[in-house]
Amino acid sequence: MAFELPPLPYAYDALGPYMSAETLEYHHDKHHLAYVNNGNNLLKDSGLEGKSLEEIVKESYGKNAGLFNNAGQHFNHIHFWKWMKPNGGGKSLPGKLQAKIDSDLGGYDKFRTDFVQAGVTQFGSGWAWLTLKDGKFVITKTPNGENPLVHGGVPLLGVDVWEHSYYIDYRNLRPKYLEAFVDSLINWDYVLELYEAAV
Amino acid sequence: MTTVLTTRRGMLFGAAALTLTACTGTRVRAQAPAGPFKLDPLPYAPAANEPHIDAMTMEIHHDRHHAAYVSNLNAALAQNGEAAKLPLQDILAKLGEMPEAIRTALRNNGGGHANHTMFWQIMGGKGGAPAGELAAAVERDLGGLDKLQTDFNTAGTRVFGSGWVFVTVTREGKLAIVAKPNQDTPLMDGARVLMGNDVWEHAYYLKYQNKRADYLKAWWNVVNWDKVAERYAAAKAGTLTI
Ligand SMILES: [Fe+2]
Ligand SMILES: [Fe+2]
Repeated sequence: MAFELPPLPYAYDALGPYMSAETLEYHHDKHHLAYVNNGNNLLKDSGLEGKSLEEIVKESYGKNAGLFNNAGQHFNHIHFWKWMKPNGGGKSLPGKLQAKIDSDLGGYDKFRTDFVQAGVTQFGSGWAWLTLKDGKFVITKTPNGENPLVHGGVPLLGVDVWEHSYYIDYRNLRPKYLEAFVDSLINWDYVLELYEAAV
Repeated sequence: MTTVLTTRRGMLFGAAALTLTACTGTRVRAQAPAGPFKLDPLPYAPAANEPHIDAMTMEIHHDRHHAAYVSNLNAALAQNGEAAKLPLQDILAKLGEMPEAIRTALRNNGGGHANHTMFWQIMGGKGGAPAGELAAAVERDLGGLDKLQTDFNTAGTRVFGSGWVFVTVTREGKLAIVAKPNQDTPLMDGARVLMGNDVWEHAYYLKYQNKRADYLKAWWNVVNWDKVAERYAAAKAGTLTI
Protein backbone atom coordinates (compact mmCIF):
# COMPACT_ATOMS: atom_id res chain seq x y z
CA MET A 1 0.00 0.00 0.00
CA ALA A 2 1.64 3.18 -1.15
CA PHE A 3 1.98 6.00 1.37
CA GLU A 4 -0.09 9.12 0.75
CA LEU A 5 0.15 12.59 2.26
CA PRO A 6 -3.13 13.33 4.04
CA PRO A 7 -4.37 16.92 3.91
CA LEU A 8 -4.07 18.95 7.09
CA PRO A 9 -7.36 18.58 8.99
CA TYR A 10 -7.60 22.40 9.44
CA ALA A 11 -6.46 25.57 7.71
CA TYR A 12 -2.75 26.36 7.77
CA ASP A 13 -3.39 29.40 9.95
CA ALA A 14 -5.81 27.64 12.31
CA LEU A 15 -3.26 26.96 15.05
CA GLY A 16 -1.97 30.50 15.39
CA PRO A 17 -0.48 32.00 17.38
CA TYR A 18 0.85 28.77 18.92
CA MET A 19 1.94 27.23 15.64
CA SER A 20 2.22 29.49 12.63
CA ALA A 21 0.97 28.90 9.10
CA GLU A 22 4.56 29.14 7.93
CA THR A 23 5.59 26.30 10.23
CA LEU A 24 2.67 24.14 9.12
CA GLU A 25 3.36 24.80 5.45
CA TYR A 26 6.96 23.64 5.71
CA HIS A 27 6.20 20.88 8.16
CA HIS A 28 3.27 19.34 6.30
CA ASP A 29 3.95 20.26 2.68
CA LYS A 30 7.72 19.71 2.71
CA HIS A 31 8.85 17.54 5.63
CA HIS A 32 5.92 15.16 5.76
CA LEU A 33 5.78 14.97 1.96
CA ALA A 34 9.48 14.05 1.86
CA TYR A 35 8.85 11.17 4.28
CA VAL A 36 5.99 9.98 2.05
CA ASN A 37 8.04 10.17 -1.15
CA ASN A 38 11.20 8.66 0.34
CA GLY A 39 9.12 6.00 2.06
CA ASN A 40 7.44 5.02 -1.21
CA ASN A 41 10.79 4.73 -2.97
CA LEU A 42 12.21 2.59 -0.20
CA LEU A 43 9.08 0.46 0.03
CA LYS A 44 9.65 -0.86 -3.50
CA ASP A 45 11.26 -4.29 -3.35
CA SER A 46 11.41 -4.16 0.45
CA GLY A 47 9.23 -7.25 0.80
CA LEU A 48 6.75 -5.20 2.86
CA GLU A 49 4.83 -3.61 -0.02
CA GLY A 50 1.44 -5.17 0.74
CA LYS A 51 1.48 -4.45 4.47
CA SER A 52 -0.28 -1.78 6.50
CA LEU A 53 1.68 1.26 7.67
CA GLU A 54 1.77 -0.05 11.25
CA GLU A 55 3.10 -3.40 10.05
CA ILE A 56 5.73 -1.72 7.89
CA VAL A 57 6.87 0.38 10.84
CA LYS A 58 7.12 -2.62 13.15
CA GLU A 59 8.69 -4.98 10.65
CA SER A 60 11.28 -2.58 9.25
CA TYR A 61 12.48 -1.57 12.74
CA GLY A 62 16.07 -2.65 13.26
CA LYS A 63 16.18 -4.24 9.79
CA ASN A 64 15.73 -1.54 7.15
CA ALA A 65 16.77 1.79 8.67
CA GLY A 66 15.92 3.95 5.65
CA LEU A 67 12.43 2.56 5.25
CA PHE A 68 11.85 2.57 9.00
CA ASN A 69 12.84 6.23 9.37
CA ASN A 70 10.45 7.39 6.67
CA ALA A 71 7.58 5.02 7.47
CA GLY A 72 7.92 5.86 11.16
CA GLN A 73 7.82 9.58 10.44
CA HIS A 74 4.87 9.12 8.07
CA PHE A 75 2.95 7.35 10.84
CA ASN A 76 4.00 9.94 13.44
CA HIS A 77 3.02 12.93 11.32
CA ILE A 78 -0.36 11.50 10.18
CA HIS A 79 -1.31 11.43 13.86
CA PHE A 80 0.52 14.60 14.84
CA TRP A 81 -1.77 16.72 12.65
CA LYS A 82 -4.78 15.13 14.33
CA TRP A 83 -3.34 15.47 17.81
CA MET A 84 -3.73 19.23 17.43
CA LYS A 85 -6.75 21.46 16.90
CA PRO A 86 -7.62 25.14 17.22
CA ASN A 87 -8.63 26.01 20.80
CA GLY A 88 -7.29 22.69 22.02
CA GLY A 89 -5.28 21.77 25.09
CA GLY A 90 -6.05 22.80 28.60
CA LYS A 91 -7.38 20.95 31.56
CA SER A 92 -10.88 19.90 30.45
CA LEU A 93 -10.24 16.33 29.40
CA PRO A 94 -12.76 13.64 28.51
CA GLY A 95 -13.65 11.81 31.75
CA LYS A 96 -12.12 8.49 30.75
CA LEU A 97 -8.77 10.06 29.99
CA GLN A 98 -8.83 12.18 33.13
CA ALA A 99 -9.44 9.04 35.21
CA LYS A 100 -6.47 7.22 33.64
CA ILE A 101 -4.22 10.25 34.00
CA ASP A 102 -5.21 10.49 37.67
CA SER A 103 -4.67 6.80 38.39
CA ASP A 104 -1.58 6.15 36.27
CA LEU A 105 0.24 9.48 36.02
CA GLY A 106 -0.54 11.27 39.26
CA GLY A 107 -3.01 13.81 37.88
CA TYR A 108 -3.10 16.40 35.14
CA ASP A 109 -0.47 18.76 36.54
CA LYS A 110 2.03 15.95 36.92
CA PHE A 111 1.17 14.71 33.42
CA ARG A 112 1.81 18.19 32.03
CA THR A 113 5.15 18.54 33.80
CA ASP A 114 6.36 15.06 32.87
CA PHE A 115 5.20 15.24 29.25
CA VAL A 116 6.95 18.58 28.74
CA GLN A 117 10.04 17.24 30.49
CA ALA A 118 10.11 14.16 28.23
CA GLY A 119 10.12 16.47 25.22
CA VAL A 120 12.77 18.78 26.66
CA THR A 121 15.09 15.88 27.49
CA GLN A 122 14.79 14.05 24.16
CA PHE A 123 18.27 15.09 23.02
CA GLY A 124 18.41 15.91 19.33
CA SER A 125 15.43 15.06 17.14
CA GLY A 126 12.53 12.90 18.25
CA TRP A 127 9.15 12.69 19.93
CA ALA A 128 7.56 12.67 23.38
CA TRP A 129 4.58 10.40 23.97
CA LEU A 130 1.61 9.50 26.07
CA THR A 131 1.66 5.74 25.55
CA LEU A 132 -0.67 2.91 26.50
CA LYS A 133 1.54 0.07 27.66
CA ASP A 134 0.24 -3.08 29.36
CA GLY A 135 -3.04 -1.33 30.08
CA LYS A 136 -1.40 1.70 31.71
CA PHE A 137 -0.68 5.25 30.63
CA VAL A 138 3.05 5.99 30.57
CA ILE A 139 5.08 8.94 29.32
CA THR A 140 7.90 8.01 26.98
CA LYS A 141 10.23 9.56 24.44
CA THR A 142 11.90 8.25 21.30
CA PRO A 143 14.65 9.50 18.99
CA ASN A 144 14.19 10.53 15.35
CA GLY A 145 11.41 8.53 13.63
CA GLU A 146 10.85 5.94 16.35
CA ASN A 147 7.54 5.60 18.16
CA PRO A 148 5.96 3.45 20.89
CA LEU A 149 4.70 0.87 18.36
CA VAL A 150 8.17 -0.65 18.18
CA HIS A 151 8.40 -0.80 21.97
CA GLY A 152 5.19 -2.73 22.52
CA GLY A 153 3.06 0.32 23.25
CA VAL A 154 0.19 2.20 21.64
CA PRO A 155 0.87 5.88 20.96
CA LEU A 156 -2.13 7.86 22.24
CA LEU A 157 -0.56 11.33 21.98
CA GLY A 158 2.74 12.50 20.57
CA VAL A 159 4.57 15.76 20.09
CA ASP A 160 7.26 16.32 17.50
CA VAL A 161 10.43 17.79 19.01
CA TRP A 162 12.45 17.91 15.83
CA GLU A 163 13.58 21.54 15.59
CA HIS A 164 11.61 21.92 12.34
CA SER A 165 8.44 21.67 14.40
CA TYR A 166 9.14 24.82 16.42
CA TYR A 167 12.19 26.69 15.20
CA ILE A 168 10.34 29.31 13.15
CA ASP A 169 8.00 30.16 16.03
CA TYR A 170 10.09 29.51 19.13
CA ARG A 171 13.74 29.29 17.99
CA ASN A 172 15.73 27.45 20.67
CA LEU A 173 12.94 27.64 23.26
CA ARG A 174 11.68 24.06 23.08
CA PRO A 175 10.05 24.19 26.55
CA LYS A 176 7.84 27.12 25.48
CA TYR A 177 6.71 25.20 22.41
CA LEU A 178 5.89 22.13 24.48
CA GLU A 179 3.93 24.17 27.02
CA ALA A 180 1.94 25.81 24.23
CA PHE A 181 1.25 22.40 22.69
CA VAL A 182 -0.15 21.05 25.97
CA ASP A 183 -2.00 24.19 27.02
CA SER A 184 -3.46 25.27 23.69
CA LEU A 185 -3.21 22.65 20.95
CA ILE A 186 -3.89 19.08 22.12
CA ASN A 187 -6.95 17.48 20.56
CA TRP A 188 -8.04 15.31 23.49
CA ASP A 189 -11.01 13.95 21.52
CA TYR A 190 -8.60 12.27 19.12
CA VAL A 191 -6.58 10.90 22.06
CA LEU A 192 -9.82 9.43 23.42
CA GLU A 193 -10.64 7.90 20.04
CA LEU A 194 -7.26 6.15 19.94
CA TYR A 195 -7.60 5.01 23.54
CA GLU A 196 -11.05 3.54 22.95
CA ALA A 197 -9.84 1.79 19.82
CA ALA A 198 -6.96 0.28 21.78
CA VAL A 199 -8.87 -1.11 24.76
CA MET B 1 17.82 38.53 8.17
CA THR B 2 15.23 40.97 6.87
CA THR B 3 13.80 38.26 4.65
CA VAL B 4 13.48 35.93 7.58
CA LEU B 5 11.74 38.56 9.64
CA THR B 6 9.27 39.69 7.02
CA THR B 7 8.16 36.15 6.27
CA ARG B 8 7.12 35.78 9.90
CA ARG B 9 3.72 37.20 8.89
CA GLY B 10 3.25 38.91 12.19
CA MET B 11 3.17 35.54 13.90
CA LEU B 12 5.73 36.55 16.45
CA PHE B 13 4.51 36.35 19.96
CA GLY B 14 5.61 35.64 23.50
CA ALA B 15 8.62 33.42 23.58
CA ALA B 16 9.82 33.98 20.05
CA ALA B 17 9.54 37.73 20.35
CA LEU B 18 11.64 37.57 23.48
CA THR B 19 14.37 35.70 21.67
CA LEU B 20 14.35 38.23 18.90
CA THR B 21 14.71 41.15 21.29
CA ALA B 22 17.60 39.45 22.98
CA CYS B 23 19.30 38.73 19.71
CA THR B 24 18.87 42.03 17.97
CA GLY B 25 19.54 44.21 20.98
CA THR B 26 22.33 43.77 23.45
CA ARG B 27 23.92 40.36 23.34
CA VAL B 28 22.50 38.43 26.23
CA ARG B 29 24.38 35.37 27.33
CA ALA B 30 23.09 32.52 29.46
CA GLN B 31 24.70 32.65 32.88
CA ALA B 32 26.90 29.57 33.16
CA PRO B 33 27.46 28.04 36.58
CA ALA B 34 31.06 28.13 37.71
CA GLY B 35 32.96 25.35 36.02
CA PRO B 36 36.02 24.54 34.00
CA PHE B 37 34.59 25.43 30.58
CA LYS B 38 33.58 28.75 29.17
CA LEU B 39 31.93 30.05 26.04
CA ASP B 40 34.37 32.03 23.95
CA PRO B 41 32.88 34.86 21.92
CA LEU B 42 32.40 34.31 18.21
CA PRO B 43 35.74 35.09 16.53
CA TYR B 44 33.99 37.43 14.05
CA ALA B 45 30.80 39.47 13.77
CA PRO B 46 27.58 37.40 13.54
CA ALA B 47 27.02 38.85 10.06
CA ALA B 48 30.44 37.71 8.86
CA ASN B 49 28.99 34.67 7.13
CA GLU B 50 26.20 36.53 5.32
CA PRO B 51 24.55 35.85 2.99
CA HIS B 52 25.24 32.13 3.33
CA ILE B 53 24.58 31.95 7.07
CA ASP B 54 22.42 34.78 8.41
CA ALA B 55 23.44 36.82 11.44
CA MET B 56 20.39 35.84 13.48
CA THR B 57 21.14 32.16 13.04
CA MET B 58 24.73 32.78 14.12
CA GLU B 59 23.62 34.71 17.20
CA ILE B 60 21.04 32.20 18.39
CA HIS B 61 23.32 29.30 17.55
CA HIS B 62 26.26 30.69 19.49
CA ASP B 63 24.59 32.70 22.26
CA ARG B 64 21.83 30.18 23.01
CA HIS B 65 22.57 26.69 21.75
CA HIS B 66 26.31 26.65 22.33
CA ALA B 67 25.92 28.55 25.62
CA ALA B 68 23.48 25.88 26.83
CA TYR B 69 25.98 23.10 26.08
CA VAL B 70 28.68 24.91 28.06
CA SER B 71 26.35 25.61 30.94
CA ASN B 72 25.05 22.03 31.08
CA LEU B 73 28.57 20.63 30.75
CA ASN B 74 29.74 22.71 33.72
CA ALA B 75 26.65 21.72 35.70
CA ALA B 76 27.39 18.03 35.12
CA LEU B 77 31.03 18.47 36.10
CA ALA B 78 30.11 20.39 39.23
CA GLN B 79 29.10 17.03 40.69
CA ASN B 80 32.44 15.44 39.83
CA GLY B 81 35.76 17.02 40.76
CA GLU B 82 37.99 14.36 39.17
CA ALA B 83 36.41 14.51 35.71
CA ALA B 84 36.41 18.32 35.89
CA LYS B 85 40.22 18.31 35.89
CA LEU B 86 40.45 16.57 32.52
CA PRO B 87 40.77 18.34 29.18
CA LEU B 88 37.61 18.00 27.10
CA GLN B 89 39.15 15.69 24.49
CA ASP B 90 40.10 13.26 27.27
CA ILE B 91 36.62 13.36 28.82
CA LEU B 92 35.15 12.55 25.41
CA ALA B 93 37.68 9.84 24.57
CA LYS B 94 37.05 8.18 27.94
CA LEU B 95 33.28 8.54 28.28
CA GLY B 96 33.03 4.87 29.28
CA GLU B 97 35.17 5.62 32.34
CA MET B 98 33.18 8.68 33.41
CA PRO B 99 30.68 8.35 36.28
CA GLU B 100 27.52 6.81 34.94
CA ALA B 101 25.31 9.48 36.45
CA ILE B 102 26.85 12.20 34.27
CA ARG B 103 28.00 10.15 31.27
CA THR B 104 25.09 11.10 29.01
CA ALA B 105 25.33 14.75 30.04
CA LEU B 106 29.06 14.73 29.25
CA ARG B 107 28.47 13.02 25.92
CA ASN B 108 25.76 15.43 24.80
CA ASN B 109 27.07 18.67 26.24
CA GLY B 110 30.79 17.95 26.08
CA GLY B 111 30.31 16.86 22.49
CA GLY B 112 28.22 19.95 21.83
CA HIS B 113 30.91 22.24 23.29
CA ALA B 114 33.75 20.59 21.34
CA ASN B 115 31.84 20.50 18.06
CA HIS B 116 30.69 24.10 18.18
CA THR B 117 34.10 25.42 19.29
CA MET B 118 35.65 23.83 16.19
CA PHE B 119 32.74 24.98 14.01
CA TRP B 120 33.06 28.73 14.78
CA GLN B 121 36.81 28.55 14.34
CA ILE B 122 36.75 27.17 10.78
CA MET B 123 34.02 29.51 9.52
CA GLY B 124 34.11 33.26 8.90
CA GLY B 125 36.22 32.74 5.78
CA LYS B 126 35.71 33.22 2.09
CA GLY B 127 35.62 29.62 0.92
CA GLY B 128 37.77 28.82 -2.06
CA ALA B 129 40.24 25.98 -1.89
CA PRO B 130 42.86 24.63 0.50
CA ALA B 131 46.52 25.14 -0.37
CA GLY B 132 49.85 23.40 0.07
CA GLU B 133 50.13 20.30 2.19
CA LEU B 134 46.42 20.27 3.06
CA ALA B 135 45.44 20.47 -0.61
CA ALA B 136 47.73 17.53 -1.32
CA ALA B 137 46.14 15.51 1.49
CA VAL B 138 42.65 16.31 0.20
CA GLU B 139 43.74 15.14 -3.26
CA ARG B 140 45.41 12.00 -1.96
CA ASP B 141 42.83 10.84 0.62
CA LEU B 142 39.54 12.31 -0.55
CA GLY B 143 39.91 12.52 -4.34
CA GLY B 144 40.24 16.30 -4.51
CA LEU B 145 38.15 19.24 -3.33
CA ASP B 146 35.15 18.60 -5.63
CA LYS B 147 34.87 15.03 -4.48
CA LEU B 148 35.37 16.00 -0.84
CA GLN B 149 32.52 18.51 -1.12
CA THR B 150 30.20 16.07 -2.89
CA ASP B 151 30.87 13.20 -0.49
CA PHE B 152 30.77 15.44 2.60
CA ASN B 153 27.45 16.98 1.51
CA THR B 154 25.99 13.55 0.74
CA ALA B 155 27.04 12.29 4.16
CA GLY B 156 25.43 15.40 5.70
CA THR B 157 22.11 14.94 3.90
CA ARG B 158 22.03 11.28 4.97
CA VAL B 159 22.18 12.02 8.70
CA PHE B 160 18.61 11.27 9.75
CA GLY B 161 17.66 13.68 12.51
CA SER B 162 20.31 15.80 14.20
CA GLY B 163 24.04 15.38 13.78
CA TRP B 164 27.30 16.39 12.21
CA VAL B 165 29.50 15.55 9.26
CA PHE B 166 33.26 15.74 9.80
CA VAL B 167 36.61 15.35 8.14
CA THR B 168 38.89 13.53 10.57
CA VAL B 169 42.67 13.76 10.55
CA THR B 170 45.25 11.32 11.93
CA ARG B 171 48.63 12.16 13.42
CA GLU B 172 50.09 11.14 10.03
CA GLY B 173 47.82 13.65 8.29
CA LYS B 174 45.44 11.14 6.73
CA LEU B 175 41.90 12.43 6.11
CA ALA B 176 38.50 10.70 6.14
CA ILE B 177 34.82 11.72 6.08
CA VAL B 178 32.74 10.62 9.07
CA ALA B 179 29.13 11.42 10.07
CA LYS B 180 27.84 11.28 13.66
CA PRO B 181 24.41 11.59 15.28
CA ASN B 182 23.42 14.36 17.71
CA GLN B 183 26.52 15.86 19.39
CA ASP B 184 28.71 12.80 19.04
CA THR B 185 32.17 13.50 17.68
CA PRO B 186 35.11 11.47 16.38
CA LEU B 187 36.87 12.64 19.56
CA MET B 188 34.78 9.92 21.25
CA ASP B 189 36.68 7.37 19.13
CA GLY B 190 39.98 8.95 20.15
CA ALA B 191 40.28 10.55 16.70
CA ARG B 192 40.87 14.20 15.77
CA VAL B 193 38.58 16.50 13.82
CA LEU B 194 39.96 18.62 11.00
CA MET B 195 36.64 20.29 10.16
CA GLY B 196 32.93 19.65 10.44
CA ASN B 197 29.49 20.98 9.62
CA ASP B 198 26.48 21.06 11.91
CA VAL B 199 23.36 19.52 10.36
CA TRP B 200 21.03 20.05 13.31
CA GLU B 201 18.06 21.95 11.93
CA HIS B 202 18.92 24.90 14.22
CA ALA B 203 22.03 25.46 12.08
CA TYR B 204 20.01 26.32 8.98
CA TYR B 205 16.26 26.39 9.54
CA LEU B 206 15.69 30.16 9.59
CA LYS B 207 17.28 30.56 6.17
CA TYR B 208 17.06 27.17 4.46
CA GLN B 209 14.12 25.48 6.25
CA ASN B 210 13.79 21.91 4.93
CA LYS B 211 16.52 22.42 2.31
CA ARG B 212 19.50 20.95 4.14
CA ALA B 213 21.27 20.15 0.88
CA ASP B 214 21.28 23.84 -0.10
CA TYR B 215 22.74 24.78 3.29
CA LEU B 216 25.47 22.15 3.01
CA LYS B 217 26.40 23.47 -0.43
CA ALA B 218 26.39 27.13 0.65
CA TRP B 219 28.43 26.45 3.79
CA TRP B 220 31.61 25.88 1.79
CA ASN B 221 31.51 29.58 0.88
CA VAL B 222 32.30 30.55 4.47
CA VAL B 223 34.96 27.98 5.27
CA ASN B 224 38.18 29.58 6.46
CA TRP B 225 40.79 27.35 4.84
CA ASP B 226 43.65 29.11 6.65
CA LYS B 227 42.15 27.99 9.97
CA VAL B 228 41.60 24.48 8.62
CA ALA B 229 45.25 24.41 7.53
CA GLU B 230 46.29 25.48 11.06
CA ARG B 231 44.30 22.58 12.47
CA TYR B 232 45.93 20.25 9.96
CA ALA B 233 49.41 21.35 10.99
CA ALA B 234 48.46 21.01 14.67
CA ALA B 235 47.14 17.50 14.09
CA LYS B 236 50.45 16.47 12.53
CA ALA B 237 52.35 18.11 15.37
CA GLY B 238 50.19 16.26 17.89
CA THR B 239 48.89 19.49 19.40
CA LEU B 240 45.31 19.50 18.03
CA THR B 241 42.87 19.12 20.92
CA ILE B 242 39.20 19.79 20.14
FE1 LIG C 1 8.18 16.71 12.01
FE1 LIG D 1 24.53 23.46 16.54
